[in-house]
Parts: sequence; structure tokens; C-alpha cells
Amino acid sequence: MTALLQILFDALSLGSLYALGALGIALIFGVMRLVNFAHGDYIAFCVFAMLWPSIDAAAIVFAGNLPTVILVPFILAVGAGLSVLSEIVVFRRFRNANPATMMIASFALGFVIKYFLLMLYSSRPKSIDLWSNLTRQIEIAGARIPPLQVITIGVTIVILIALTAFLKRTRFGLEMRAAAENFTMARMLGVRANRVIMLAFAVSGMLAAAVGLILVTQTGTVDIQMGANLMLVAFVATVIGGLGSLPGAVLAGYLIGAATVIMQVVLPPDARPFRDAFVYGAVIVMLIWRPNGLFASRAAKQRV
Amino acid sequence: MAGRPSILARTWTTPVILIIILAALQLAALAVGSGPFNQTIIEIFIRVVLVVGLYVFIGNSGVISFGHIGFTCLGAYMTAWLTMLPAIKKSKLKGLPDIILDNKLAYGWGLLAAVIFAGLAAFVAGKVLMRLSGIAASIATFAVLAVIIQVYSNWDSVTGAQSSVVGIPIVRVVWPYFLCAGAAVLVAYAHQISRSGLALRAARDEATAAAASGVDIPRERLVAFTISGGIMGLGGALFAHSVGVVTPDTFYLGLTFITLSMLVVGGMNSLSGAVLGVVILSIIIQLLRWMEKGVDIGGASFALPLGVQEIAIGAVMIVILMYRPAGLTRNRELVWPPRKLSPEGRPAAPADGKTA
Repeated sequence: MTALLQILFDALSLGSLYALGALGIALIFGVMRLVNFAHGDYIAFCVFAMLWPSIDAAAIVFAGNLPTVILVPFILAVGAGLSVLSEIVVFRRFRNANPATMMIASFALGFVIKYFLLMLYSSRPKSIDLWSNLTRQIEIAGARIPPLQVITIGVTIVILIALTAFLKRTRFGLEMRAAAENFTMARMLGVRANRVIMLAFAVSGMLAAAVGLILVTQTGTVDIQMGANLMLVAFVATVIGGLGSLPGAVLAGYLIGAATVIMQVVLPPDARPFRDAFVYGAVIVMLIWRPNGLFASRAAKQRV
Repeated sequence: MAGRPSILARTWTTPVILIIILAALQLAALAVGSGPFNQTIIEIFIRVVLVVGLYVFIGNSGVISFGHIGFTCLGAYMTAWLTMLPAIKKSKLKGLPDIILDNKLAYGWGLLAAVIFAGLAAFVAGKVLMRLSGIAASIATFAVLAVIIQVYSNWDSVTGAQSSVVGIPIVRVVWPYFLCAGAAVLVAYAHQISRSGLALRAARDEATAAAASGVDIPRERLVAFTISGGIMGLGGALFAHSVGVVTPDTFYLGLTFITLSMLVVGGMNSLSGAVLGVVILSIIIQLLRWMEKGVDIGGASFALPLGVQEIAIGAVMIVILMYRPAGLTRNRELVWPPRKLSPEGRPAAPADGKTA
């Protein structure tokens, strides 16, 4: 029972991170068919925004010293700002390009962001102490659980509810959903394309910032590569969920999180180092079983 | 249409021009003759092999693959296993079969084995994956890469896990790399004008019409996937012999993206685009590297700060793609005499959302 509870919390908190990342990618894919490979670098950028530029090994915390109530909105704003800026400077010029070209452009942008960070902060990982008391473990029904896990899960649920409310209850949300369903038709009916796309980038950037904050609290280190691995899993999750489907992205994020944690427990010790190979093997099986994802959106299907 | 010349007659100048470009690089290496310069040319030839390998599948099928560097990894380790000194293998890679442990082959056999092994692996993976299309296929190929890299970076007794495998015989002369790059171009060309290649290109442009005309799309994709897997394996083996060290990390996302970028920047639907993308981007990267090291201009030394090289290359790629979304060659082949039409006899199609 205790062990089960522990596994459940591990799976949910890991899955939450993947789900938030996948949402960030799926939102943008939905409105403009762009697979944004710079998303992982947005995550790293938001975290580095807390530090003063220096190439020393020790991190000089700057904005990170702000009280939490100011720090969190500040980092979210950084994420949204960077994301919107990249749409204005780069992606706006690729509206009519094919998906492969856009994908490579987003990768090139991520490359630029990463090496910009490297230039300012060097490539060495730095340790930073942000809300570290949240990682001290507490006991809940016999299971040892860091409060951060509970907070991660809680925050994710809040974000999901807020995002759902935004998409279902507001005019902007309606426009975004319409644009994701059928972009051309939505434009004809009076949805302003650039505004919707900018909004999607802003929300996606904030999600990246949220992921960055959770990650840095969990690991206590900042590193220019820190978003890369999560971005990949999130990318895989958006495809498994059905590209363009937001509930699908979230569900698939949780599924991959759960699969990872369960394999860690179930696999014999000899096979444990190969855990990720098994997870990706499962991904292949999943794709062959459901090539269009769990929730195939009608817009993603090719028509003849 | 009796007088219409065969596809070979219309397009044979393309591989000739491309090989002349490669030969010019080879001659430049011979003329300069310095070690670092030769190494640069070798790097370019290896990238030509890799990007042409990507092109055989991606360019002809229109399916973006993120997994091909996995086959490069297979090729690199294969040649490492076969060509290292038995003594080194016995101390570091104990898990290998005895027959490999006790013997050492010349690097030519290593290259051949790498091609066969990677091609076989691609055939097996492709057999399962080739019925997928579009983004699902891309992700599935990425999953293949992740599985290969995870296995190779944890299978201690056979691959040395995360630690690098050292002691692979280093080949410093340039011409074997030139020959392999030329061979890759010829194979890609031969495939592209073959029945299978043409069918695959038809399926790329109009999947439904091609299928209705009797093209077995998964089968033609599998042919291209296997050939390109073999070429990627060759590239990996060449890489192993050019630096003498392999680690699984080398063959992961960094290399995947840089080779894909070269292909897309060059023009992903043409063989000329694959070769030119490598040559042009490599030259830009090299110039920036020299500037990073410091250049003497009028007595004053001038050096770019660390990281500027990568930022500049990223920015250059974005700008090229902004103005040429279909790549530098606009997806056309180089032909002689130069003409405005693509080899298919019609103006090159503008880039639109019809990949996959």
C-alpha cells in the first residue's frame, strides 16, 4: 500500500511535468502546425533569467531573490515574452513554409538561445537554492514524499483547470480552439490569425516557465541543457496523444510518466539501466497501434 | 512520345557535377596538405555521406526521419569492434564474441561490415515502421534512435557504455573519404532514377494517385530506408576512423539536427541540395571557427567570443530559410547545360504543406 502510494506520487509528478511540456508544444502545433523545438530552450532561458550573467561556477542569484509572489509572475512573463518575441522575429516569416522548414527554423532558434545562454553563463551546471525546503521529505500514510511532488501535481491541476476555463469560457479561447480546428475557416469567420497565434505563443511560453520553475526546484541545478530531455518526451507525448489534441497531449504526458516510473519498479535490476529503451519501445508499439494518436483530431487527418 | 530521352540521359550530369565539386575539395586538400586542413575536408566528406544518406530516405519519401543517426552509431561501433587491436578489446569490451575479440581486420572490411550491419538494422526497423507516415513516422524513427542510444550507452561489456571506445585505427589520408562520399552520391543517384526511387517520389508528391497507380508505398519506403541506413552506417564507420574515438553521445541529437539542418537548408528534395547544403554550411562553420580562434587583421588580433560561432550559424540558417524556404537549390538538381526546368521537365514545385 505504502509502496503503491509512493509509485503513484512519483508517476503523477513526473507525468505532470511531461504533460505541461506537451501542452506547450501542442498549443502551438494546433494553431500553426509548427513543432517548436525551441521549447526546451525557453525552459532553460526562464530559469537562467533568475541569475545574473556570469561565467563563474557559483550562481549569482539576482531576480531569484525576489519574493515568491513577484518572482513567479516575473518568470512567467519572461517565458511569455521570449516566446512571443520568437514568433514576431522568426516564426511570423514562415507562415507559408512547409512543416520541415519550420521545424528546422525552430531548431536553429533553439540553438541560438542555447548558445546565447552559454555565452553569458558558460556551459557548466550551477547549483541554485530555490525553495529547497520543498524537497525535504515528509511522511504521508507511511510513504516518504517531498512536498514538491504534491505541489507539482496540485499546480498542474490548477493550470489545467485554468487553461480549460480559458479555452472554453473566453472569447480568446474560443478563437484559439476554432483556429486549431480549421485555421482557414476560422480566419474567414473573423478570427484574427496573428493575434491568436501570438496568444498561443504567450501561453506556451508561460507553460515553459512553469516547467522551468518546477524543474529547478526539483534538481537544484541550472544547466543550459536542462530543457532538452523534457522537451523530447513532451514532443513524443504530443504525437502519442494525437497532434493538435490538448487533452491527448496531457493524457499522453501522464502515460509516459507512469510508464517510466512503473518500468523503474517492475524491471529486473539488470535491465533497469535500459529503462528508457523500454519506454521508447512502448512508444513505437503505441504508434503502430494508433498512428494518429489516442485522440486523433479531425484537422490532423489528410483529406483527398 | 517516342523522342523523349531516357531519365538517365536527361539527368546524368547531376552526379558528375556533384562529384566534380567533391573532387575540387579533394584537390584543395592535396594542394594545402596541412593536417588540420585535411581534417576539415575529411569532416566535410563524412557529412556529405551522412546527409546524402538522410536524403535517400527523407528527400525521396518526404517523411522526416529523426532516427538515422542511430544507424550511424551502429556503423561506428561495428567498425570499432572489428578493427581494434585484440588486446584493447579484451581489456575493455569483454562481452564481445571470441571470434571478434581474437581478430583484427583492415578498416576497409570494417566499413563494409558497417554498411551491411546498419543496412540490416534499417531493414528490420523499417519493416515495422514503414506503414506509418507523416509525423507519426518521424516520432517512431526518433524512438528507434533513442532505443539504440540507450542500449549502446548502457551495455557495458560490449560498447563500454558511456565511456568512450578508444584505439580505433585512425585513417588520416583524405582519398578514402572522398571515394566513400562519391560512392554515396552515385548510390543515391542510382536509387533516385531507379523504378523504386521514381515510384517513391511519385508517392511523396501525390500519395493517393501513386497508390492508385499500383505503387506499394510501404515497400518502396522500405527500400529507401534500407539503402539510406546502409549509407548512414558507412558515415558512422568513417567518423570512427577519422577521430579514433566513439561514444554513444556523439550520435544523438546534436548530430541528428546538424545533418537534418544541412539537408533542409540545401533543399531536402534534391540530391544537389544535400551535397551543397553540407559544403556551404560547412564552409560557413569553418570560417566562423577560424574567427573564433582569432584572425590577424592589420596587426590587430580579432577574435569572436565563445558561443558566437553557434549563434551566427543558427541565425544564418534562419535567414536562409526565410528567403529560400525550399532550400538553397529550391529543390532543383544541378544539371549541365543549366536550365530553368527541373529534371522532371516541369518547373520545380514551390514548397507547400505537402510533405509526409
